[in-house]
Amino acid sequence: MAPLLEVQDLKKYFKTGAGLLHAVDGVSFTLDQGKTLGVVGESGCGKTTLGRVILHLLDLTDGKMYFEGQDITYPTRKELRRLREEMQIIFQDPYSSLNPRMTVSEAIMEPLIIQKKLNKDEIRAETKKLMDTVGLAERFENAYPHELDGGRRQRIGIARALALKPKFIVCDEPVSALDVSIQAQIINLMLDLQEERDLTYMFVTHDLSVVKYISDEIMVMYLGQVVEKAPSDELFRDPLHPYTQALLSAIPIPDIHQKRERIIMKGEITSPINPKPGCRFAARCWLASEECNNPQVLQEIAPNHFVACWKANNADY
Amino acid sequence: MIRGLRIEVHEVAENILEIKDLVVKYHTDDAVIHAVNGVNLTVKKGETIGLVGETGAGKTTIARSILRILQTPPAKIWGGEIIFKDEDIMQKTEKEMRKIRGNQIAMIFQDPMTALNPIERVGFQIAEAIGLHNKISRAEAERRACDMLEMVGIPMERYNEYPHQFSGGMKQRVVIAMALACNPELLLADEPTTALDVTIQAQVLEMMQSLKEKLGTSVILITHDLGVVAQTCDSVAVVYAGEIVEYGTAEHIFDHTAHPYTIGLFNSLPKLDSTEPRLKPIKGLMPDPTNLPKGCSFCERCPEAMEKCAEKSPGVTEVAPGHFVKCFLVGGE
Repeated sequence: MAPLLEVQDLKKYFKTGAGLLHAVDGVSFTLDQGKTLGVVGESGCGKTTLGRVILHLLDLTDGKMYFEGQDITYPTRKELRRLREEMQIIFQDPYSSLNPRMTVSEAIMEPLIIQKKLNKDEIRAETKKLMDTVGLAERFENAYPHELDGGRRQRIGIARALALKPKFIVCDEPVSALDVSIQAQIINLMLDLQEERDLTYMFVTHDLSVVKYISDEIMVMYLGQVVEKAPSDELFRDPLHPYTQALLSAIPIPDIHQKRERIIMKGEITSPINPKPGCRFAARCWLASEECNNPQVLQEIAPNHFVACWKANNADY
Repeated sequence: MIRGLRIEVHEVAENILEIKDLVVKYHTDDAVIHAVNGVNLTVKKGETIGLVGETGAGKTTIARSILRILQTPPAKIWGGEIIFKDEDIMQKTEKEMRKIRGNQIAMIFQDPMTALNPIERVGFQIAEAIGLHNKISRAEAERRACDMLEMVGIPMERYNEYPHQFSGGMKQRVVIAMALACNPELLLADEPTTALDVTIQAQVLEMMQSLKEKLGTSVILITHDLGVVAQTCDSVAVVYAGEIVEYGTAEHIFDHTAHPYTIGLFNSLPKLDSTEPRLKPIKGLMPDPTNLPKGCSFCERCPEAMEKCAEKSPGVTEVAPGHFVKCFLVGGE
């Protein structure tokens, strides 16, 4: 069976006054139905852009995309309309992604109205069902977003994304703006929905403990490129790219006795405008040497474990 | 409660800050918001204390009360004392407060993007704070500002740049440099790393830790991240609906968590080594601060709630030396 989504060498460059900004630079992956791909990286690494290009919210610069085996790289208007039913997005900030003038039920029924497949009564019934699915009590039907807390607002966002029964959802930092106790409620809801509806997620986040929890596979991005990709458990057990190692060691663990060796990196993410051909992490890498000036390609080091670092091949660094 | 603490710490350095029964309310057109409801807190010299809790629990209000920078109205301090170095901050005039703010007590604000003046050069913004509190020449203030920049790891060549030329992590370091510029005795850090990426967060926390050790500053660290607390704090106060529900040394709180809310917070975190298929969130939401329940404020969400929890609010029990819990499960009568 063909994977649900296949992305080949996807590129998205933005023109800026200073030159070409390589937001996404040659990203490839496949994603099977019912699975979750976690995409992690720091702000500015291109993870959000990647999600938006896949959903055709941004035009791509180069590359190929297939959805259920069909080429969706340059869809016609009609095809795009159908794709919108299949692929949806949950946005990061439930405070700014909802129209403040729409009530809860209006916001949830909007996609159904645009779809023009159901009549008024059916839409109303469907909206009720959706509210129930995401755990919004009926009494909030006529409430406005400002009356609700972040968790409930994010539930509206999820209901909207689910309205058209998509197969694939890009979740762009859906829980980052929420408190931990609420965050856990929303993550559980998303896991339940995935199980019930066989949903496929691309989960974009900078929170590594959340991503480990929810993903089957994790892709680590740095300055527009994938530096490491591996099954979730394996990535945490055996991170091979220096950047992944630094990233994992930086997570503050809520355990007072577990004092870890922390890798503190020098400097900050460098500019993605007109990057040099070599490894983009080299400027911050404590292992950098001459060879890092050559372009690094993703290599399969172990089954399904890909790393873009020449040192990862020499096991004893 | 205060007496209990003194027994435990009799040999350690003196208290730099004592908050007693602090009550703060916000008066809006429609309702009165009970933001802080009788908070007691003691900060020792050189200690880092973590204030942990959810959005709206009252953490920032407590910090702003200490500096008396709450916007009044709508906020009003209804009662309590804030003793800073044996003097009650509540009794100070505005003129006296200006000498304390930024000098003896400094604050790092949550969002580095908005805490800096966008139309002033960063170096000048630091020098301004130094010049304001010290009788020194302008050149001397500038020199000290340069030192501060270097100390937080920013080359002094960038003294004349504007905030927009800095990345988020660097802006936060400028804010920290500004806060530490006058060697404050107490630093209020309000979510200093929440807006930053993990790798930058690690850098900033590391830096704050080493500066603290070098300068002997006491720190109140406001955060919702228990990981950050585990890494940096000596003691922890868990804030819920404007009250401290659990207080003690970090070690004791992490090892012998007693309050159901704190337990719930720990359980709702995704653990890196967990194999369980689902997280365990705390059900429900924090009570509406305009309409707090009569009994324990956590009662509605508490898995262990008993009848009397809805009836009256529990008192504070010392479950172990220096570890205080506000819950009927451990006594609380």
